[in-house]
Amino acid sequence: MQVSHSQSNTYNDSVVRQFSIMAVVWGVVGMLVGVIIAAQLVWPELNLGLPWTSFGRLRPLHTNAVIFAFGGCTLFATSYYVVQRTCHTTLFLPSLAKFTFWGWQAVIVAAAISLPLGFTQGKEYAELEWPIDLLIAVVWVSYAIVFFGTIGTRKVKHIYVANWFFGAFILTVALLHIVNSAAMPASWMKSYSAYAGVQDAMVQWWYGHNAVGFFLTAGFLGIMYYFIPKQADRPVYSYSLSIVHFWALIFTYMWAGPHHLHYTALPDWTQSLGMAFSLILLAPSWGGMINGMMTLSGAWHKLRTDPILRFLIVSLSFYGMSTFEGPMMAIKTVNSLSHYTDWTVGHVHSGALGWVGLVSMGALYYMVPRLFGQKQMHSIKAIELHFWLATVGIVLYIAALWISGVMEGLMWRAINTDGTLTYTFVESVKAKHPYYIIRMLGGLLYLSGMTIMLWNVIKTATNGKAATATIPAVAAHA
Amino acid sequence: MDTIGLRSIATVLALVTFVGIWVWAWSGRHKKDFDEAARLPLEGDEE
Repeated sequence: MQVSHSQSNTYNDSVVRQFSIMAVVWGVVGMLVGVIIAAQLVWPELNLGLPWTSFGRLRPLHTNAVIFAFGGCTLFATSYYVVQRTCHTTLFLPSLAKFTFWGWQAVIVAAAISLPLGFTQGKEYAELEWPIDLLIAVVWVSYAIVFFGTIGTRKVKHIYVANWFFGAFILTVALLHIVNSAAMPASWMKSYSAYAGVQDAMVQWWYGHNAVGFFLTAGFLGIMYYFIPKQADRPVYSYSLSIVHFWALIFTYMWAGPHHLHYTALPDWTQSLGMAFSLILLAPSWGGMINGMMTLSGAWHKLRTDPILRFLIVSLSFYGMSTFEGPMMAIKTVNSLSHYTDWTVGHVHSGALGWVGLVSMGALYYMVPRLFGQKQMHSIKAIELHFWLATVGIVLYIAALWISGVMEGLMWRAINTDGTLTYTFVESVKAKHPYYIIRMLGGLLYLSGMTIMLWNVIKTATNGKAATATIPAVAAHA
Repeated sequence: MDTIGLRSIATVLALVTFVGIWVWAWSGRHKKDFDEAARLPLEGDEE
């Protein structure tokens, strides 16, 4: 085969570069809003007495920014990067890929404006009003066309397992978003859900839990299956296990949603079904974690010298930890203690900061220098520092909320011998104060690590320039 | 057939399919294919 540098034999990395940079920028923004609302819980006056800066409006801004802006941009960047390199072909319909970038940024900006103004559908992680929902649907279908089109035009025989995970994430999120966002508009920025009562709650948590399962898990497992083998320079531990991991996750995650509705108006059998499937989920989750970690077997020493690999592997430890904790909390008797307490918030953050955050940072640290024609990031020491700030931050955060969550759960259920409640609600709020300070400090450490990353990425990008990567001339299986 | 019957069949079919995937993945017949696939990330770019 003749080697010439034309568009047909280079990867399309310009959209990957755009998404990678914006992932880091939105990461800083989203985590900053997180620290602000954590501080508001310690010092409520920080809401400034204004409606736009009140906790109830900034909290969805935080969750949307970190999940859909930081996490979303990371997923777009990595999936576009991985699908090209494992299919030995360039992106399908480059102009549509470009549209997904600008469309997704428009969604983020619309969210950042409409949420503080108080426009919301009131569904957790699905707050955005219907015009924005429509834009999300259009961008997402375009994303699916680009991704699956690239797979359809691949030059190799196999579809690598990372692409299976990315593909499942893209398809499922389209399904979840379109079903859960079905609503009747009443005006330009007001609508009513198409569902009512307990059905509405069940649809919402079918969406909500699968947003965790497919957006925050399957997509990031796609990252794990590419970037860990790449950074460790060895193939994944067991390809058979990765196939079983994939299908086990697909078969079970869909049914776990009802554990968000224990002891509610949801029929009892549905609650028990949700609990049973949540427990089963432990198996695929740990299978995947073991597969990722064992990829390092025989090369453990690399962890000592390579902070990027450490980000990726420690993210798996947090994945294992939170996917053990999750099924335990889905058991109804445990849930009766943990639900509505800070324990839940701590659990979510051990997954979000520990798993999703660290694996994203590891993948971005891998990609950024390559995208800008550099051998490595501007400062390895800064990556090292980021790693420790993030890890200590997570530990402070989740330990504080474990204690405050279990404490408030116990206080709420404590009763005197005459059957009256031992504590008033406000006493449990007061008792949590010191732990809220520790949580805020943990978040501050995590944010400072992310800020260092932004500096490091800007330095790396400005030191280098947009690089063009060549598709290997001889396909692996030609 | 009633809805419960259909649901039961769907559940059993899903389980059988899953066990089938398990057997397929570990039968050893596809070892060569899997080894090839597993090397894809390592061969995707020139470094």
